[in-house]
Amino acid sequence: MTVSPELDARFREAAAAEGLLDVAYEIADSPIGPLLLAASGRGLCRISFDPEPERELERLSRAFGARVLRSSRPLDPARRQLDEYFEGGRQEFELDVDVERLTPFNRRVLEQLARVPYGALTTYGTLAREAGRPRAARAVGTVMNRNPIPIVLPCHRVVGSTGSLVGYAGGLKRKEQLLRFEGALAV
Amino acid sequence: MMSTVAIPPFESVYLEHRDELFRFLVRRLGRERAEDAFQETFLRALRGYPRLKHAEHLRAWLYTIAARVAVDLHRRPAQAAPPAEEAVHDSRPRYAQLEHLAEELPATERAAVVLRYGYDLSYADIGAALGSNEHAARQAASSGVRRLRKRRIEIT
Repeated sequence: MTVSPELDARFREAAAAEGLLDVAYEIADSPIGPLLLAASGRGLCRISFDPEPERELERLSRAFGARVLRSSRPLDPARRQLDEYFEGGRQEFELDVDVERLTPFNRRVLEQLARVPYGALTTYGTLAREAGRPRAARAVGTVMNRNPIPIVLPCHRVVGSTGSLVGYAGGLKRKEQLLRFEGALAV
Repeated sequence: MMSTVAIPPFESVYLEHRDELFRFLVRRLGRERAEDAFQETFLRALRGYPRLKHAEHLRAWLYTIAARVAVDLHRRPAQAAPPAEEAVHDSRPRYAQLEHLAEELPATERAAVVLRYGYDLSYADIGAALGSNEHAARQAASSGVRRLRKRRIEIT
């Protein structure tokens, strides 16, 4: 005898509704592959490509607390907005994000990054300048590489000074797909 | 230094133990009430999870919570008319008294004593809770009781 899907779902929903979770997560389908979405009490805290749940859960647990549970309701807004984005109907996300535990420099860079509009490109150097450290282009590259919330914080719109795509934590192919999709690259 | 097992993400604990805890609750309460008890057990576990210091007895810990939830659900209908004897004796339920008395026992013995004499679990269930077997559970409970007797604590 095993726990029925209904009972399982009821528990997962109650756990989130009672505010007992450090992190709720869900796996969502997308045109660029399944995404693991996670939210803390403050907001969306992780989007991960090629999710290997086990490793990802350990990381979330270390960073936010061990009460990590799959529970879809807290991720509904993020999932809905991502769907709209991939359907071409949304160019800006209206979601709370949790970047609290990042360093001040990290946060400053990500704040600047969040302002890069849909379909536009910027460079690592420009972002460094905007974050108040014009010589820190390489450090900005590291921040992009470790961006906990890709797509919503659009690190795919950041390219090298020569226009080369340089790199992407989710793989260059995905960066290209996203940019083509936004019309920033010729198809 | 004592090595400790790090607290795993709750999801993995839940996935690993949900079915056996559910079966345990069905045996104690019947299918219908077991569903409520199941949800309550894991909600209580989530509430207590941040206070855990290590993950060495997670399974026994979950069984203890489940056993208590089952007791609470059993008591609920009777609560309007408490039995008279409770008024003259210690008014705490037996499992609460025992948990307090058994506090100083080694973890396995403590769990075995509390589950056996506090919650009236079978040795087979206690063996499951401790990740061992019926025989080991019986031994742990009896050596726990002996230890308590030495301290002149009477277990009835």
